[in-house]
Amino acid sequence: MPLLEVDDVVVQFGGVTAVNHASFEAEAGRITGLIGPNGAGKTTCFNVISGLQRPTKGAVRFNGRTVTRTPVHRRSRQGMGRTFQRLEAFGSLSVRDNVRVALDIHRGFRGIIKPSASDIDGLLERVGIRSYADDRADAIPTGTARLLELARCLAGAPKLLLLDEPSSGLDETETDDFGDLLEDLAAEGMGILMVEHDMDLVMNVCDTIRVLDFGEVIAVGDPSMIRSDPKVQKAYLGYSDVDVDKEPVA
Amino acid sequence: MDTFIAFLIPGLFTGAAYAIAASGLVLTYTTTRVFNIAHGAFGMVLSFVFWDLTIRQGLNVVLSLFLVLFVIAPLIGFIMQRLITRGLGNAPVGVSLVVTVGMFVGLIGFAQQYWPEDRIEPEAPRFVPPFWLTFADGDGVPGWQVAGTSITGLQLITILSSIVVAVGLYLLLNKTRIGTAMRASVDNPELLRLFGGKPDNAAALAWMIGMSLAALTGILLVSVVGLDYFGLTLLVVNAYAAAMVGRLKSLPMTFAGAMGIGVFESLAIGYSTDSPLLSTVRPAIVPIFLFAVIVLAPQAQLRIGQVKGMVSAPVPSIPRMGIAGAATLLVAALFVTTASDVRLLQLGTAATYAIVMLSLVLLTGYGGHVSLAQLSFAGVGALTYAKLDEPNLSGLVMATLVAAGVGALVALPVLRLTGLYLALATLAFAVIMEKVVFKSPDLGFGSGGAVEVERLSILGYRFESTGAYVFLMVAFMVAIGMGVLVVRRGVVGRMLIAMRDSPAACGTLGLDMRWFRVGLFASSAGIAGLAGALVAGLRRLTGEADFIFFNSLPLLLLAVVFGITSVTGAVLGGVGLMLLPVLQAETVNVLGSDVKLGGLMFMVIGIGAVLAARDPNGLSNYLFRFGRFLERRLRARIVAGLPQLTTPDGLAADGLTDGRTDGGADETAVHEPAPTGVPLGKVVSDGAPARG
Repeated sequence: MPLLEVDDVVVQFGGVTAVNHASFEAEAGRITGLIGPNGAGKTTCFNVISGLQRPTKGAVRFNGRTVTRTPVHRRSRQGMGRTFQRLEAFGSLSVRDNVRVALDIHRGFRGIIKPSASDIDGLLERVGIRSYADDRADAIPTGTARLLELARCLAGAPKLLLLDEPSSGLDETETDDFGDLLEDLAAEGMGILMVEHDMDLVMNVCDTIRVLDFGEVIAVGDPSMIRSDPKVQKAYLGYSDVDVDKEPVA
Repeated sequence: MDTFIAFLIPGLFTGAAYAIAASGLVLTYTTTRVFNIAHGAFGMVLSFVFWDLTIRQGLNVVLSLFLVLFVIAPLIGFIMQRLITRGLGNAPVGVSLVVTVGMFVGLIGFAQQYWPEDRIEPEAPRFVPPFWLTFADGDGVPGWQVAGTSITGLQLITILSSIVVAVGLYLLLNKTRIGTAMRASVDNPELLRLFGGKPDNAAALAWMIGMSLAALTGILLVSVVGLDYFGLTLLVVNAYAAAMVGRLKSLPMTFAGAMGIGVFESLAIGYSTDSPLLSTVRPAIVPIFLFAVIVLAPQAQLRIGQVKGMVSAPVPSIPRMGIAGAATLLVAALFVTTASDVRLLQLGTAATYAIVMLSLVLLTGYGGHVSLAQLSFAGVGALTYAKLDEPNLSGLVMATLVAAGVGALVALPVLRLTGLYLALATLAFAVIMEKVVFKSPDLGFGSGGAVEVERLSILGYRFESTGAYVFLMVAFMVAIGMGVLVVRRGVVGRMLIAMRDSPAACGTLGLDMRWFRVGLFASSAGIAGLAGALVAGLRRLTGEADFIFFNSLPLLLLAVVFGITSVTGAVLGGVGLMLLPVLQAETVNVLGSDVKLGGLMFMVIGIGAVLAARDPNGLSNYLFRFGRFLERRLRARIVAGLPQLTTPDGLAADGLTDGRTDGGADETAVHEPAPTGVPLGKVVSDGAPARG
């Protein structure tokens, strides 16, 4: 049984259909890529999965349970962690306090009693942003803030990570390190579902890729299959103004 | 049956007027996600404009109507959207609420200043005659006879107008391109942009139409309500209720809700002569209804897409807090031993306001929630203290706890909902308190509207003299200020600020924010209640007039202007609010003529809040920056003056470091101890050349 199942989800905003009967899944211990042109409905899918958006139709199952109507915080406690395309760092707090809050939330009252300094620094070390620990989170570079969101997620020891364009803002070396980190996390058993525009990263680390266009899943397969799929080529190359490697306008 | 018909028609009339107002409110909210608290205030000002054009300037009524509805109002709407509310829909809801409350208070100030009540103009009576007054039936009574009761021209016009507005909006939203864009931008302006729509144009149009509808409501109601700054403005609370019936989305439901409210309210007036209970509750029917509708509203979705940290006030270290507190107490001690009684009362009032603002620092500054009823909670505290008649600590504690409990009761039913609904629930609560509870002979401040209160005694010592009592109030203010800062430094403070900066991230990290919100709200209401109990003792007399709903608004705004994220801001804001009536009574000489400040102060506060809302750290933040600047310069001087005392390992620097902030890139240079082994002169080389 897959860790996450998105079953025939439809999301409509007024007259616009953002997600159109999308169905896909993500497995534990594997990295699944979700790609597609701008406006294809990827972030909306993430919002439906994490509970920030209620679908017009369809269901989401996580870890064997239907969570379509479960509140956001309860899905998180069941082991779902996510980052955001448009940053959601706690800008008024330092990088270290961002992670501290996440740990406090995860541990509840235990967090108040037991100081967590070493855990925090360990998490910052793991994603590679230890040197920013004392900076305010609204004063750090975008790429660093994305890594901070990842560190915050990891504080909750999730079973499933939803990463929304995690590598935008990272340079080439940082992206490579990031790819290695993702593979390590998957090797530990974490399921990872990732929306990403950096095709090199997607092709290198993903085990499976789903392609969304106009809210529909148009292709599924491993990287080599996706690369040669004519429908995918049309979806991407059919739009002359969409550059798949370019960072999207937030 | 006769009563029913006789009150049904006026009910349909007011319902129609509410429907026009509410549809404007819904239109602007759905298109731009800004809930315009000032909708009624705009209607009030525009009806004054109409009166000015027709009665004062003598312009033709039809021409004036055309000018106000189709030129002036849309122009104001366009300017508001472009200059003030643009992009506000993406800001935290607390910001957009403060901005529209700022417009609300500013507009009342503008009207008071521009059309002062005490200006005598014999040729321009402050009255707008109802339309179509000339129409009369056979007996010369204006209006038609329908089923034994008369319907006036104005009533007919209003009901017809509401139908025209309903049909017009339906056609606009469903049959035109821009209407579709308006509906789409409700859910996702980003997506609309990607699909080639222009959310900004849709927003401007929505504000223009919304403003015209506000003007139409004002003009239709002004002949009934009268040219009254507050009466016309607050009628819109009823429109809020109607808008909530439509869940701020559905126009047909909004219309139905408005008609229902109008008719129900009117019938309640008709039947209340027979029922004492009904006549007590009647003024609060609509606010109670508003509260109920909010409670029934569906779970709101968390918003995403925020980047900036809202709170930048520094957090002082414990020693620094102690020094500041002791210094405040010392100054207060010197003051109370020398000042006159008038000055003492002023200081006591300032301390009261400061404590209420401290409750807002916790709730709004750290927590990001807006309360429009903080003085009503203070009123609950004062009332409890007065009724208990226990002028000692236990009375004070009870007053605090009762206010906190009432705060929790207001927040509990709406804990699933977002900030807007919470704020509107507080507004409904404030109106209920003002119109029913505080006025009630049994529950409230009694038939005279005020009760006598004894001053506090603690451990047998009675703070009888005004000086001693005021000193005690300042001591409470200092203690609460320190308490707020201690919270800010700890786990709870961090979580509050995290919730404020990104509720979505807190949710996805697993935080159940609902109970947190209730606790926060209760604490904040409790602090306000304590302030109320204290001020009741100060004046020895307390009454409903001290806690009217409207005064909570300038209080909130001044707290924002002075900096709602810091204790310093609250203290300064308290002094500012105390000075407000003093300043309003002043006249200043402008270009040789005397100008009374009056409403101008409200205008200044309103505009200040509109400008300051996007950065809630307010004026006190500049003070902190100036302080840091001075500190840097002074430090450089001191260090430069001590070149002979070679401090090899940064001891001196440690002594001056206070670890005042919890991060803040610009401060690290000042607060970091000098690295070991580096001569101090080098560390501060900017201002002081290294010597020796």
